[in-house]
Amino acid sequence: MSSATPEPRDQQVATAVKPRPDSVSPLFGSGRPRWGERLVEWLLFLAAFISVVVTMGIVAILLWESSTFFRSVPTLEFLTGRVWAPTFEPPHFGILPLLCGTVVTTGVALLVALPIGSIVAVYMSEYAPFAVREFLKPTLELLSAIPTVVYGYFALVYVGPTLQRLFADIPGANMLSAGMVMGLMIIPYISSLSEDAMRSVPMLLREGAYALGANRLITAFKVVYPAALSGIGSAYILGISRAIGETMIVAIAAGGQPNFTLDPRQPGLTITAYIVQVSMGDLPRGSVGYQSIFAAGLLLFVFTLGFNILGYLLRKRFRESY
Amino acid sequence: MNEPGSTPWPKENVPRENVSPPPSSSTASAGSIGAGVDANCKLVVRDLSFFYGPKQALKQINLSIPQNTVTALIGPSGCGKTTLLRCLNRMHDLYPGNRYVGEIRMYPEGINIIGRDVDPMEMRLRVGMVFQKPNPFPKSIFENVAFGLRLAGLRSSTQIEERVEKSLRSAALWDEVKDRLKESAYALSGGQQQRLCIARALAPEPGVLLFDEPTSALDPASTARIEDLVYELKDRLTIVIVTHNMQQAARVSDQTCFFYHGELIEANATSEMFEHPRQELTSRYLTGQFG
Amino acid sequence: MASIPELIVRLKRQDRWFAVLGLACTLVGLVTLLILLAGLIRDGHHRLFDPAFYASFPSARAARAGILSPLVGSILLAFVTILLAVPLGVAAGVYLEEYAPRNIWTTLIEINIANLAGVPSIIFGLLALGALIYGLHLDRSLLVGGITLALLILPIVIVTTREALRAIPQGIREAAYALGATKWQVVRHHLIPYSLGGIATGTIIAMSRALGESAPLMTIGALTFITFLPPPPIRSQPPFVNFQWLNSEFTAMPIQMFNWISRPQAEFSALAATAGVVLILMTLSLNAVAIILRYRLRKRIKW
Ligand SMILES: Nc1ncnc2c1ncn2[C@@H]1O[C@H](COP(=O)(O)OP(=O)(O)OP(=O)(O)O)[C@@H](O)[C@H]1O
Ligand SMILES: [Mg+2]
Repeated sequence: MSSATPEPRDQQVATAVKPRPDSVSPLFGSGRPRWGERLVEWLLFLAAFISVVVTMGIVAILLWESSTFFRSVPTLEFLTGRVWAPTFEPPHFGILPLLCGTVVTTGVALLVALPIGSIVAVYMSEYAPFAVREFLKPTLELLSAIPTVVYGYFALVYVGPTLQRLFADIPGANMLSAGMVMGLMIIPYISSLSEDAMRSVPMLLREGAYALGANRLITAFKVVYPAALSGIGSAYILGISRAIGETMIVAIAAGGQPNFTLDPRQPGLTITAYIVQVSMGDLPRGSVGYQSIFAAGLLLFVFTLGFNILGYLLRKRFRESY
Repeated sequence: MNEPGSTPWPKENVPRENVSPPPSSSTASAGSIGAGVDANCKLVVRDLSFFYGPKQALKQINLSIPQNTVTALIGPSGCGKTTLLRCLNRMHDLYPGNRYVGEIRMYPEGINIIGRDVDPMEMRLRVGMVFQKPNPFPKSIFENVAFGLRLAGLRSSTQIEERVEKSLRSAALWDEVKDRLKESAYALSGGQQQRLCIARALAPEPGVLLFDEPTSALDPASTARIEDLVYELKDRLTIVIVTHNMQQAARVSDQTCFFYHGELIEANATSEMFEHPRQELTSRYLTGQFG
Repeated sequence: MASIPELIVRLKRQDRWFAVLGLACTLVGLVTLLILLAGLIRDGHHRLFDPAFYASFPSARAARAGILSPLVGSILLAFVTILLAVPLGVAAGVYLEEYAPRNIWTTLIEINIANLAGVPSIIFGLLALGALIYGLHLDRSLLVGGITLALLILPIVIVTTREALRAIPQGIREAAYALGATKWQVVRHHLIPYSLGGIATGTIIAMSRALGESAPLMTIGALTFITFLPPPPIRSQPPFVNFQWLNSEFTAMPIQMFNWISRPQAEFSALAATAGVVLILMTLSLNAVAIILRYRLRKRIKW
């Protein structure tokens, strides 16, 4: 073989690398195992794995602690009962009133946040000049930096009484005011993530529409918005998940009474607010009523888990498409 | 944790027993190349195939790279030049699914550098690499060059300073940066950044230096400086350079290898290759009929 | 069909209207917020500049009540939280971004973190109640509060770390490897230093979140009347440091504010407003720092 031209070998690849003991050379430390490197990798893995331990811990604690509750309250009664009165004799543990509270306050919040957040997202991504966006986006994000207990104060002290002036005879603490303020809080969650999704839609798609003579509005809603739909969907879902799990605003401003109603003008009690109420010492520790907060927490966890995973999948699909 | 350099290579590369002697072209061993090139080989590639997952990118390459020469790898885009170059310092190990078959022996040690028993990190201390796009670290000019020295286990700051200066001089950059060593490497021009990357690669005094289209992002003046540099450096080490520029290959290299579809079609002394290509395909490529 | 010029006029008009609508919607949020903040300041300004407010403990008499113990509690709590969450979160982020093989287990860890980021904060309170207080019989101490909040903000730290690492071009990693660096050397000498800015930004945001968080602390029973400070962390005799403060009971700013909100008397409502102003100043200034940091970072580093 004096030429490097590949000989016309049969094309079978030389998969069998001949064992070559002579290639083990002390010069190379013989592929010395780097224990330090291994150890570091292990520690880093452990750190990542702690997040899994946390989730398993949450599931285990919720299941374990609520099992005492479900021993004295039938699951069916818990899920379908319309009366929530843990301090009555005999107590009633029907979760539906709490669910109503959660659904109503979440619904009101979404009615506020989804349209506003979406319009803001379209405006920021398709209309706003660079300088305006650079200023308005972080400023708007400050909305979600305000502690929720302060939002609760707003809802209770300012929004509730204002609504009382608008609608005759509603109580000062009602689900509508809590929901509206919660909506204000989640606007940036929806607008920022939707905007990010819309902005990662390639310029090429927009150019296609503009080349046909479309204006920004048509391009935004007929081309960009649908193209970013899975990303926007994940933003909506994050907003919903936040609203369901929000605690302090509803604990302070929604009224604090379990109420089997879908009327937002009524006072109500959400699952989260109930947990806070019990933690404040309304019920003796170890009682069935006390254990009910874990059952309520379990339900809350299951709901948000569903939304969170859906959001993750949507986000992932969106990332993969661009 | 382990510091590389705690088991350094020997200061003198004494050939050992049970290590096959370096082949030379006079003995016409595997993959030897044409006459007129120095007899001592630094690297010998034998039956090398390479796979990106299921995709085969190199097919049974046989090639000898003599010491203190410049070897140019040429060929149309996607033919596997970069792939071969990155085999030579096992850059492919960084990504999962990549697989080597065959061997690449480095002399005088006679080690198969793609062997499983070889530690890629120690190997890379001996094989430097300069990338297509200048990629200095976002640190000071000094720290960029010093980084490899520290990795190699050098601790004394006077020694480090000496070596940094020496490397920067070798990379023909010293005069331009000697008063601003503490400044960020990003303050340099593209051509200067690339020479800084060369200095960085030179600092640990590797035996082999790999260049992957080092001038494709540079202007003609910077290109000329880097070509001069490559030419000077070959007195001290062995150089493999990937280039798309045929004139560049002709100007700087001693031997040229032409690749096509993952195969080594022809390897020969550069002047021979450019004047009398042996293969039809090579001559068509060299005359610009495809690629 | 409309003629072309008419059509163009109509399209342009649509665009103008939407631009106005979009700006209006953006401002609605901000203006509402400003109105509410103005109200808060109006209700709470009386004691805002009163040094006694910051130097007194909460009290049953509104005129004498202050925020000394909640303020100190919040600061110590944030300290413990960050100390726990940042090393853990950065390590996890580095593992997932640089080490983790692409397989089903890694995907599961990722889904898990995405889920944790969306788990309602009060659930973390239930976790701490069940695991730390019932399970390990710990007290309702700063340590327990810090652990709770650290788990809560862990996903934020992990996600920002990963984003910061992802922004580092692959060429930098390859350059370091080509010089013979091991993976951990690449991480320690290059990736972590170059992503510090991003990590810091995320940490500050996370800290602001932890400062404002109250629901999980209420669940572990931190809603108590605290009129003392934790023992000081420094002593005059050797070994000079003292970790007893970690076991101390505590209260925090948002909890104290909630406490005052839930009292019917107007004087306490005013105190709540003052505490609210202080709390907002704390979280907003942290966020402002983060925004500035992010902005400077983006301007400085262009790979
Ligand atoms: N990471 C990868 N995964 C899968 N296939 C790859 C990968 N990198 C390169 N290839 C394929 O391997 C072949 C050789 O690629 P290589 O980068 O070595 O070409 P090249 O000769 O350097 O080309 P160019 O002149 O364009 O740089 C190509 O067909 C390419 O598509
Ligand atoms: Mg290439």
